[in-house]
Amino acid sequence: MKEKLDFYSLERPIIALKEQIEALEGSEDSNRREKIAALKAQIEKEWEKIVPKLTAVHIVQIARHPKRPYTLDYIKALFQDFMEFHGDRRFADDPAIVAGLAFYKGQTVAVIGHQKGRTTKARIERNFGQPNPEGYRKALRIMQMAEKFGFPVITFVDTPGAYPGIGAEERGQAEAIAYNLKVISRLKTPIVNVIIGEGGSGGGLGIGFGDALLMLEYAFYSVISPEGCAAILWKDQGPTAVEQAAENLGIRAQKLFELGIIDKLIPEPPGGAHIDHETTFKNVDKHLGQTLKKLQQMSLDDLLAERYRKIRRQGVFETK
Amino acid sequence: MNEGLWTRCNNCQKILYKQDIIDNLKVCPQCNYHFRLGALERLQQLFDDGQFELLDQDIYPVDFLGFQDQQKYEDRLKDSQKKTGLPEAIVTARGTLGGLPVIIQAMEFAFMGGSMGSVVGEKVARAAERAVEEKLPLIIISCSGGARMQEGMMSLMQMIKTAAALARLSEARLPYISVLADPTTGGTTASFAMLGDINIAEPNALIGFAGPRVIEQTIKEKLPKGFQRAEFLLAHGMLDDVVERKYLRNYLIKALRLFLNRPEA
Repeated sequence: MKEKLDFYSLERPIIALKEQIEALEGSEDSNRREKIAALKAQIEKEWEKIVPKLTAVHIVQIARHPKRPYTLDYIKALFQDFMEFHGDRRFADDPAIVAGLAFYKGQTVAVIGHQKGRTTKARIERNFGQPNPEGYRKALRIMQMAEKFGFPVITFVDTPGAYPGIGAEERGQAEAIAYNLKVISRLKTPIVNVIIGEGGSGGGLGIGFGDALLMLEYAFYSVISPEGCAAILWKDQGPTAVEQAAENLGIRAQKLFELGIIDKLIPEPPGGAHIDHETTFKNVDKHLGQTLKKLQQMSLDDLLAERYRKIRRQGVFETK
Repeated sequence: MNEGLWTRCNNCQKILYKQDIIDNLKVCPQCNYHFRLGALERLQQLFDDGQFELLDQDIYPVDFLGFQDQQKYEDRLKDSQKKTGLPEAIVTARGTLGGLPVIIQAMEFAFMGGSMGSVVGEKVARAAERAVEEKLPLIIISCSGGARMQEGMMSLMQMIKTAAALARLSEARLPYISVLADPTTGGTTASFAMLGDINIAEPNALIGFAGPRVIEQTIKEKLPKGFQRAEFLLAHGMLDDVVERKYLRNYLIKALRLFLNRPEA
């Protein structure tokens, strides 16, 4: 079988162009504005050639791209005066989930998200964005605080999944997620979720549901990682099995939108979010702002009734 | 259990007369090993006189993703339906338990590992809604490997669906008892199975979020003995009790009478 190119090989021409832009940005070249614009147009052209070739595995690679913006990057770009609060008041603080209060468009909001590390040291500290039960319980504490003070909740989802460890099981990983779902379903304040990277199964869902589910174009949300699915159903973790698993699972944002799971797709700049953080932030900000505004115009009763209707619609079956 | 009059216990390996096991609620008379029960067997053991009315039997699964691994999802469904005689991996029934009207749901592990897809989620949600409407307590006996991969994200969505319906049951102040049988893992544990007013389990039942193999591969260590077993969860505060099958029916009756404030039988 012909070896398929991974995304990192596919994006090489774009990376080269991006590097030229960066060099120009720091230069004294008097024509740099025109030159940068031309290079950006070239990136767009290259990207148009790549997009039709993108497989589900490529999308997984984009979603996991080490340069992709993470939760704290969005918080820094879109929110003001973020104060991070720590700990679940039960056992520990979980650095794989960050949570706190901030101003967004002139009002206090609770903001919660999975956080991956950018350096090796930070990755290990943050457990690669895989929360323990404490992370979910901290998130719940902050959500209930938001409910009490009438602040909306915004969450960013980006995790390979909840951590499969001995301690996590001992301290009730399943109970922590289950309880979050139960409380989230009735939380008396608007909740907006943005899937920014990896939506890893129950680990994503534990803070990844509410009144409106927004999703970046090349993020993915899946019941199981394609690797995990391939290992179980294909009994093979080779690239072909993983590719098949990824395609079969229907993890693309577009597919999830068609199924009615996702409410809004947020476009990514040419090359993907990691190529142009600024445009990504702008796009997320626009949709997040619009969505929040709409939800805040609803009465709490309507909001909760609509949330339940949305939850009840999830599922495909037939009646005979 | 295999065909024929005799069988070997999965645990103590003794050769046993099959009828003896069946007469003992499918528990090994030698070592107390709890054999896995089919959903209907479970209901027969629990309801008064083994009598109950099946509900929501008209909801069927659909292969809406066209999922195909080594076998088509569509074919897996047909095989499971044929093997179990059930439309899906859970059954809902209404009847009485110790004279108290109740809805009980039991999961069928032989149906694709008791996995939760759209139908299981829908049936749990409907059972919870019906319990609210008819003011009945709800009991769910879980036996499930978790979310059903063949339905992709839609199966994950069933976690929030079941949790949301149970939240409404909870607000209606109606009791929900979750019984975890061997095995209950993944998205099932991380949704309705852990949300009971009380959560109880059968002895030695495997209960967890991640499966033991996944954990072993992640941490690259051998797991401690008894890890993720019912007694382990009880010791870690995750269960209210571990109840042997022979006591289960009476346990549930007593618990319901307490929750419903019915001192008289």
